[in-house]
Amino acid sequence: MNYELLTIGGTDYKTTLTEKFKNRRPWQKPVYNRVVLQMPGKITKIFITPGQQIKPGDRLFVYEAMKMRNVIYAQTSGTIKTINVSEGEDVGKNFVLAEME
Amino acid sequence: MSSSKNKELQKLREKVKHGGGEQALEKQMALGKLSARERIIDLLDNDSFQEYDMFVQNSTAVFEDDRKEILGDGVITGTGTINGMPVCIYAQDFTVAGGSLGMMHAKKIIKIMDRALKMRVPLIGINDSGGARIQEGINSLAGYGEIFYRNTMASGIIPQISVVLGPCAGGAVYSPALTDFVFVVNKISKMFITGPEVIRTVLGEKISAEDLGGAKVQSQISGNAHFFAQSELECFDQIKRLLQYIPQNNRVKAFTADPLPPRRNDIENIIPQDPREAYDVRNIIECITDNSEFMEIRSGFAPNAVVGFGRINGESTAFVANQPAVMAGVLDVDSSDKISAFVRFCDAFNIPIVTLVDLPGYLPGVDQEHAGIIRHGAKILYAYSEATVPTVTVILRKAYGGGYIAMNSIHLGADSVFAWPDAEISVMGPESAVNVIFRKELMAAENPEDVRQHKIQEYKKKFASPYVAAGMGYIDAVIEPSETRTMIAHALKVSQGKIKSAPDKKHGLIPM
Repeated sequence: MNYELLTIGGTDYKTTLTEKFKNRRPWQKPVYNRVVLQMPGKITKIFITPGQQIKPGDRLFVYEAMKMRNVIYAQTSGTIKTINVSEGEDVGKNFVLAEME
Repeated sequence: MSSSKNKELQKLREKVKHGGGEQALEKQMALGKLSARERIIDLLDNDSFQEYDMFVQNSTAVFEDDRKEILGDGVITGTGTINGMPVCIYAQDFTVAGGSLGMMHAKKIIKIMDRALKMRVPLIGINDSGGARIQEGINSLAGYGEIFYRNTMASGIIPQISVVLGPCAGGAVYSPALTDFVFVVNKISKMFITGPEVIRTVLGEKISAEDLGGAKVQSQISGNAHFFAQSELECFDQIKRLLQYIPQNNRVKAFTADPLPPRRNDIENIIPQDPREAYDVRNIIECITDNSEFMEIRSGFAPNAVVGFGRINGESTAFVANQPAVMAGVLDVDSSDKISAFVRFCDAFNIPIVTLVDLPGYLPGVDQEHAGIIRHGAKILYAYSEATVPTVTVILRKAYGGGYIAMNSIHLGADSVFAWPDAEISVMGPESAVNVIFRKELMAAENPEDVRQHKIQEYKKKFASPYVAAGMGYIDAVIEPSETRTMIAHALKVSQGKIKSAPDKKHGLIPM
C-alpha cells in the first residue's frame, strides 16, 4: 500500500487520500468588481453605460434563460469600466458581462 | 370450463410474456440487459413468482392519434419469495412503450406497494423506464406523486429496495431516492434529475449520461447508490444477501442463522501501536463476525467510514467504523451522511449497532465548512442519540475531541462502551494539546522542538490512555483485543430487552 500523509490537529497520519479530496477546488476570495453570468442566455436589455456610477440594487442587465426573463442587479457600488456584451447577444456561463472599479 | 376459454387465457398470457416483442427484447439484450420478466425470475426463489394485473390496459392518450393498446402497460408486478421470505416486486419493462409511466402503469405499482405495506413485507422496485408517458399528460405526473407518497408512508415500516437497471431520469428518480437501498449495475444504470441534453442546451456543458449519472458516479461521488455490481446477476446476488441481514418489517427481528466462529483470529496483530499508522478496519470486523463475513454498504462512497452487516452468534448486527486506511478515518460531510443514514435504518429495523472507533477528528478545510459540516456532522449525534436498538461502542485506538463524542460515546446513549488498552481518549490529539497548553513555555524555550517532544510524551502518559475515561465511568471496561467478540456478544445479549422511552412528539427534527 502506498500511503500519503494527511495532517489533522498537528499530527501527520499515514493514510490514503480519496479522489474527491484530491480533486477539491481550493478556495478563492470572491471577486466583486465583475458581473458574471450564472446561466447561458440571451442578453435582451442593458441599463448601464461605461463611466456610470452604480449602487447596490441598480438594474444592470436583463437576460433570457430557463424560460424566464432574469434581471441582474448590482451587488456593490462602483463605476462601470467596460461592458463586454451588446443587446441581442447569446453568451455562455461564467461570461464576464461588465467590469467595475 | 370450455376449452376455448382456456385457450384464450393461454394466448393472452403468452402475449403478455413476450413483452414488447422479439425485436425490442433483442435490443434490450444487446445492451447487456435482461428482460423485465427474466429479472424477476432470476431474483426470486425458483417458481415463486405470482403475477398480478397482467391484463391491465393503458389509459387513453391525450391525443386520439396516439391511442394504441399496451397490454400490461409496461410494468410487471407481483409477489414471490427470496431466501424463502415473501416480498412484493415490480419491474418496469423497457421493451413495452419504453417502460414509460402512464396512469395504469402507475396504478399497478401503487397496488403492489399497498399490498407490501399491508402485508408488511419488503418491496423491491426494478426501474428501467424512459420516464413519464407524455401522451397521457398530467396523469403520469399524478402517478409519480402517488408512488412517492407511498414510498414515504412505508418508510421505516417495510424495507424498500430500488434496483436501477436502465435509465431512471427526472422526477422518476425520486422513488429510488426515497427508498432504503439503491442497487446499480456498471454501464446499465443511469440516474439524473436533468439529463445530458438539457444540461447541454441550458448550460452549454457537454457530458455523457455515464459521466453525469452512471453507476460509478452514483456509488462513488454522489452516494445515491448503496450497491454497485458489474452485472445484473451479481446485483441480484447482492440483494439476496442483503435481505438475509434485514427483517421483513419494523415489528420483527432479522432471522437468526446458526452461530459460527470467526475464521480469522489475528485481531491482536492488525492495529499498529503508533496512532499515525494506517490499517484496514474491515480486518478487525472480520475478526468479530460469524465466519468472518461482512457485507459492506456504500463501500465506494466516503470510504473513510465503513458501514455494513455481519452476524454475531447468528444474530444480524450492524457495524459502523472509522477507516484509518482512507483519509486517516476522519469524519467529513459525506461520511456523516453515510453513518447517520445507516444508523437510522438499523434503528428503524431492530438491528443492533456496533461502533468501532479510531479517528483523529473532523477533516479541516474551507470546502468542508462551506459544505455545511456543522449541519451534516450533527446528523451523527442526532442519529445515535435517538437510537433505541442495543448499541455497543469499542474504542480501538484514537478517540479525540468531537469525534469521540460523535462515535456513539456513552454520553449519546451507548449501552456499553469498551476500550482497548492502547486507546487514547482525550479532548484533542497530544500534538495539538501540547501546542495549546504549553504555548508560553514552548515560545520561551531555547530548543522548542525538544521541549515539545518531551511534553507530548508526558501528555500521552497522563491523558492518552483509556484509564482517565474509565476512571470517570465513561468507559464500561478496558478489554484485551482478543476479548472483543465475546464482550460485544455478551453486551448485545443482555441488551435484547432494551426499552428506551422517548418523550411524546410527532417526530424529531434531524438537521438536514
